[in-house]
Amino acid sequence: MSRRSCLKALGAAGCTVLSVGAGKAHAARNFSGWPDRFGMLVDLTECVGCRGCEAACNRANGLPAPEVPFDEKSVFEEKRRPTASAFTVVNRYSPKDGPRGPVYRKVQCNHCNEPGCASACPVRAYTKTPEGAVLYDKELCFGCRYCMVACPFYAPAYDYGSALDPRIEKCTFCHERVKAGGIPACAEACPVEAVRFGRRKDLITLARERIRKHPGRYVDRVFGEHEVGGTGWLYLSGVPFEQVDFPTDLPDKPLVEQTKGFLSAVPLVLVLWPAVLGLCYSAKRYKEEER
Amino acid sequence: MGMPLAEYVRTLVTPLNVLAAAILAYGIPMIVIRFTGGLSAVTHASNEYPWSILLGWGLFSGVPLSATGYVMATAVYIFGFKKYHPLVRLGVLTGFMGYLFAVIYLLIDIGRPWRIYYPMAVSYGPTSVLFLVAWHVALYLTVQLLEFSPAILEWLHSRRVRRWAILITVAMTIAGVILSTLHQSALGAMFLLAPGKVHPLWYSALMPVFFFVSSIYAGLAMVIAVSTVLARYLRDRADRQYLETLDPLTVGLGKGACVVLFVYFALKWIGVAHDDHWGLLATRPGAWFLAELLLFVLAPAIVLTLGVKRQSARIVRAGAFWALAGVILNRLNVSLIMFNWNLPGHFHQIVPPMREAGIVLAVATIHIILFRWIVNRMPVLREHPDYPDHG
Ligand code: SF4
Ligand code: SF4
Repeated sequence: MSRRSCLKALGAAGCTVLSVGAGKAHAARNFSGWPDRFGMLVDLTECVGCRGCEAACNRANGLPAPEVPFDEKSVFEEKRRPTASAFTVVNRYSPKDGPRGPVYRKVQCNHCNEPGCASACPVRAYTKTPEGAVLYDKELCFGCRYCMVACPFYAPAYDYGSALDPRIEKCTFCHERVKAGGIPACAEACPVEAVRFGRRKDLITLARERIRKHPGRYVDRVFGEHEVGGTGWLYLSGVPFEQVDFPTDLPDKPLVEQTKGFLSAVPLVLVLWPAVLGLCYSAKRYKEEER
Repeated sequence: MGMPLAEYVRTLVTPLNVLAAAILAYGIPMIVIRFTGGLSAVTHASNEYPWSILLGWGLFSGVPLSATGYVMATAVYIFGFKKYHPLVRLGVLTGFMGYLFAVIYLLIDIGRPWRIYYPMAVSYGPTSVLFLVAWHVALYLTVQLLEFSPAILEWLHSRRVRRWAILITVAMTIAGVILSTLHQSALGAMFLLAPGKVHPLWYSALMPVFFFVSSIYAGLAMVIAVSTVLARYLRDRADRQYLETLDPLTVGLGKGACVVLFVYFALKWIGVAHDDHWGLLATRPGAWFLAELLLFVLAPAIVLTLGVKRQSARIVRAGAFWALAGVILNRLNVSLIMFNWNLPGHFHQIVPPMREAGIVLAVATIHIILFRWIVNRMPVLREHPDYPDHG
């Protein structure tokens, strides 16, 4: 009896190894992104805060009309974040180290190279496309909102008001337009080219060049080049990034790296625990039989 | 019941029952509102704070408090601490019910509860720690049901099936320990994905270890707490053996909990040293961190030590309840109180609205009622006369 139950225990554990172990291959694989993917370069020193991108985004995605119209400046009174009905918002700052006027910052999903949202989602509702967009599939999502917890930029929003059909909403990088050879609506709408569409690697070169040519105008950093493994959207700023609410305490490694150690310890526990516990159990039985 | 209906109804009117009825009368309609008006009708519903007290309490606190099953089964069946046998079934039942209700909180919280099985059958996200949690909680729920099944089968007088159920006990116990080790720690690992959001004093690469180790003493303390409450309120459901051995067993469990608490206390300091966060201790969050650690880990550990030294079950019980409060505080700190700690308007977000609190209380009340129903009927605190030496 003692040996039999021991074997059974090992068998049960083995099944668990198989069920979870199959997944391990994915967790451990390294992904460096698609080389030719697109990105965006946002130049905060150019942005005039017209909110044209917000309006264009609203139209392109067929979102409900906003409570206050897009030419209304009073929205700048508070700091906003993307919501289920506004995939991008522009905020106004008056940083202490800044130039004279206000600084505007456009916020939306940054389409990370190795997205935290995607590594969080237990049903793989997110995909990073070769074009660069990080897309969400509402047919798979069950609404746990772990992706929102994981996103360092607070980009995914949730329509909390929907009782039975809630979904995550966020910027889609105008994926359909891009695939058809177009450019995202916000970039198209920007009157001063503060939002620029292009291949990510070209945009990095461009950003670096601007910094080199105008050292007085920019801080020497392209936000998004390395943060959380690099993001599709890149930013240039004339003021230190933390003064315009960029999260500057992020690791350079992709977020998935933070959990990799844990996930790779899983098979270890699956193999070692049954052995250790089985031994303890056999020792106990042995002692009992001795008696 | 053998008594007139009116009289029976009158016996139901006790202060506790009235309180329970009031909570349910308020909370159940709130659950209905959740499923008609969406989460925003009952919670703060914020994109910055995707998880509220529903999960902070229901899942992140509920799961460590349900570690009772695996700690008791391991102690008795694997390590052979036979004298704790009278508490095994109670531990397994508490654990099973805890997980069941964690899932119920989850079903209320998630957007499309009818897709809850998706990670198991429709689409796999193996890079996700939550994927692991989902699998393991589902498997462990099954394992615990099997572990508890002898009690159900005795109640149903199904002798043959019960024999089979007893046979698989050890295998189920080992499977249970593995699954518990992994998902208890995985709950901590889930927050590893939010390095910018969880306050650095709580965010640590060791989070999975913290969560696992604290679940051990949480499980032990919870067995002490539940067995105490039951010995008081459902005394007539317990047999002599249970009542007579309870005090010495409580002291024994307290000893175990105490050792683990000290280990956990040391580990937390290793965490601070590992990240070199000493400087942060002098800040306001630092004071809160110290309060958690000194008042809710060290203090109950000392009380437990005292109780064990004096062989006093009463002191041990006080220490156990205290330690449980500490575990809950820790889980709320990580998932809610120190999550997004630097966002403006933070305080408003972490205090749940009345309606949400109503839901939590209602589910907890149903939990207790169901638990009582089972203990009233099945041989949990006693051996079934027909089946001496159960499992
Ligand atoms: S910004 Fe957030 S939502 Fe967008 S890809 Fe990155 S992690 Fe995902
Ligand atoms: S809310 Fe949906 S998309 Fe986000 S992690 Fe959960 S299942 Fe995935």
